[in-house]
Formats: sequence, C-alpha cells, structure tokens
Amino acid sequence: MAKRMGILERILRLDRRWVFIMVALSVALPLVFPLRLPVKVSEPVERLYHAIDKLPPSGRPILLSVDYDPSTVPELRPMTIAVLHHCFKKRIPVVVLTLHPAGPGLAEDALKSVAAHYPQARYGKDYAFLGYAPGVGLVILGIGQDFQRTFPSDAYGTPISQIPLLAHIRSYRDIEMVVDFTASALYEAWIGYAYQRYGCRVGAGVTAVMASDAYPYLQSGQLVGLLGGLSGAAEYETLVGWPGSGQAGMDAQSIVHLLIIALIIIGNVAYFTVRRKKRLEAESKSAI
Amino acid sequence: MELFWTWVAAILTLSIYSFLYKDNPFYKIAEHLVVGVSVGYYVVITYFNYLEPNLIKPLGRVKEEWVNWFLLVPVALGVLMWLRISRKYSWLSRFTIAFVMGLSAGLAIPVSIEQRLIRQVEATMFDFRQMPFIWEGLNNLIILIGVLATLIFFFFSKEHKGFLGGTARIGIIFLMVGFGASFGYTVMARISLLIGRLNFLLKDWLHLIG
Repeated sequence: MAKRMGILERILRLDRRWVFIMVALSVALPLVFPLRLPVKVSEPVERLYHAIDKLPPSGRPILLSVDYDPSTVPELRPMTIAVLHHCFKKRIPVVVLTLHPAGPGLAEDALKSVAAHYPQARYGKDYAFLGYAPGVGLVILGIGQDFQRTFPSDAYGTPISQIPLLAHIRSYRDIEMVVDFTASALYEAWIGYAYQRYGCRVGAGVTAVMASDAYPYLQSGQLVGLLGGLSGAAEYETLVGWPGSGQAGMDAQSIVHLLIIALIIIGNVAYFTVRRKKRLEAESKSAI
Repeated sequence: MELFWTWVAAILTLSIYSFLYKDNPFYKIAEHLVVGVSVGYYVVITYFNYLEPNLIKPLGRVKEEWVNWFLLVPVALGVLMWLRISRKYSWLSRFTIAFVMGLSAGLAIPVSIEQRLIRQVEATMFDFRQMPFIWEGLNNLIILIGVLATLIFFFFSKEHKGFLGGTARIGIIFLMVGFGASFGYTVMARISLLIGRLNFLLKDWLHLIG
C-alpha cells in the first residue's frame, strides 16, 4: 500500500518534460510506422462534400478564400488541398483569393500543386488566382456590389476582363458558393456579408480550436458544411479518394489522444488517492 | 539552395522546441527572428497592398487624369492617429478612433444581430414537423433544454434556488459539455501543429518517411 502511494505521489511530482517526451514519441512513431487506422466521415464534412459534389461541371465557379498563415498550415493546408482536388476532379471552376496578408504564397502554392496533377486544367478557364485583397469585410461586401471593381486584375496583374473565367463575374449571383479556410473568425464575415446580405452559400474549413465556435452556424443552417481541424481534412480526403497529409497525421493524432486520456485518468486517480490518504492521516492525527 | 533552407527551417524548429527543456539562447534567437521577419513582412505587405495601390498611385496621377482628392481625408485621419505619440496633441487621434468605431459598429451591428441572435434563436425553435423522426425530435429537444437551462444559469437577478437552481444546474452540465468539446478540439489543434513540424523534420529533413 505504502509502495503504491509512493508511486502515486511520484506521478504527481513527475517532471512535465517526461510528458513532452511521451507526446513527441507518440507523434513520431506513427508517422514513421503508419498504423492506417480507419477514418470515419462525420456529418458536417459530408455536408460540405455533397454541396460541392452536386455542383455542375464547368458551371459557375466556386470561390475559395485561403485565409491562414504558416502557423496553421498543418491543419488548414490539407483541407484546402482536398477541396481543390475535389473541384478539379469534378471540373468545377475554382477562383482562389486570400484576405490574410500572409496568405498569398500559401494560397498560390496550394493551387499550383493541385493544378499540376490535372494537365487538362487551364489557368483562366478552369481556375484563377486573385491574390491578396486587404479590407476583409469591405472586400466581401465589394464582391457583392461590383466584383470587377473590387478585383480589377488577378494576382499576376492581368485585367480580369481578359480572363474568361472571371470576365463575366459581376457579383455573388455569378458564384456558386464560397468556402473559407481560416484560423480566425473570418468565416463569420463571409456568413454575415456574403450569405446574410447576398444569399451566397458559405462553407468553412477551420482549425480545431475554432470548430466548436462554428457549430452553431452549421446547426442554424448558415454554413453548408464544416471541416474542423486535421480530422476534418482527413475525412474530406477519404471522401475525395486522395489520401494526403490529413490522413497521414490521423494515426499520430489518435495515439496522442489515447495517451492524453490515459494521463488524465492516471493523474486524477493519483490526485484523489493521495488527497484521501492525506485527509485520513490528518483525521487520525487529530483523533490522537 | 532548397537543402540550405530546409536545414535553416529544421534548426529553427529545434531551437523553438528547445524551450520545452528550458529557456536558452537558441530559443531567444529563433523567437526574435520570428518577430523581426513578421514585422518586416507586414510592413512590405501594407505598403504594396494598402498604400501604393489605394493612395500613392492614385494621387500620383495629377497630370494624367482626374484625381480623387477625397483620398486626402483618410490621409488626414491617419496622420491624426499618429499624433497619439504626442502628449500635447494626442487628443486629436480620438477623431480617427471615433470614425473607425462608427464605421465598424455600423457594419457589424445589423449583421451580428441577424447571424448571432435571430438565426440562432430560430435554430432553437422546436420543429413539430420533425416529430415523426424520433432522433431529430430528440436533438431539437436537447438543444431547446440546453439553451433555456444555460440562459437561466446566467440569470442573476434571483437567487438560484428551487426550480431556478435546478435548471441552472442543468445549464452548468451543458456548459461543461461545451467546455469539454472545446478542450478536446484545442488538444487536437495543438497536436496537429506538432504533427506538422515532426512531419517536416522526419520527411523533408531526415528523409525517414517516404
């Protein structure tokens, strides 16, 4: 009994660096030796997938707003890539823009890396890149008022009147839907201005931290679908049939979650057992 | 060249993670580098995306075409904002702050009321058409009870006793479930970032993953 107490007390005093090492190993080992655990697709992800999947090929374009910086790339890039693959596979025209100052390079890289897999896709006809537009809410409102004035040229300086995919876009009426990939509350601006004001459907891909805040918008029908964190990306990759870094990371994610659950249970058992023992000792001392 | 930058990124990643052992000069160097590079990047982005296309270029067309002199209004507001660094004239910056606040409030209030209040209240309404579908009906009921109980928990004008106290307790349970979900998602987010970095180290730097 005393020996067990000694172990439990030592657990409570455990140097947190041991926990860091355990977490690092739990991430690294499944990356090197993949377990290929199954990915179950959740309803919010399925809803976004079906909303995009139902769009007609070569119809009105879908607007992808890539609004993140390098700090959230591990979560948001896999979902951006998966949605882009879906659009290119289905021949749904894609227009990419970014409202985040650190976004242009990341958005362009994601678009180019996916477009490279589809040699039949032509820039200006099947996809286009608008670059960075400062002003967030004003840009979103500007697209609704006059797209041509808000974006006089694409990211490379070509007037959009010379780009077949963009030349006919006047407002949200000429856009099928918007999907925003963001690590902030920017998707709320798209809902507020693009959906509420102009009736353009909005989907969102957000970091896991933001996901629980986004659910009320999904439940109230203001979002057509939602991708939350790395698991959302992995689920979308499963639906599209394009395994990427989302699925690759889910083994590590699952193992670390098991580790954290185990640590929480062990920590709580140790804490309450030691506390009870100290209380009993104090009571017996006061009785003497 | 790519190999060189991969090594730079790997060394900086390890420098940042070295803080988990304890604070050290490598961490400090990497931290200061992030701050410096970020400031430089945002200054350049601000100039080339805000100032040059919206102000400097249009005002530079004096001899070519009609110039929108109204652009000098935001310039004046910007200059007033800079006066915050002067003790004597800092009060003038309030005009700019008032302008920004008025504009932001005007843009945000109608939209917020619609998306965060009206549509959310509408979503908690009990939909009797879904009654035949037991799960949907049950979901609606749980949402309704959750919203009412949580709102009652935040009602502080009467002591939480009796029916009010019992309902507030149910509200606490719903809040705890909400906090638990947020915590779970936060853990997933942080681990995802670690996965991203370790993936880079093991794949791009050490080539241990195919």
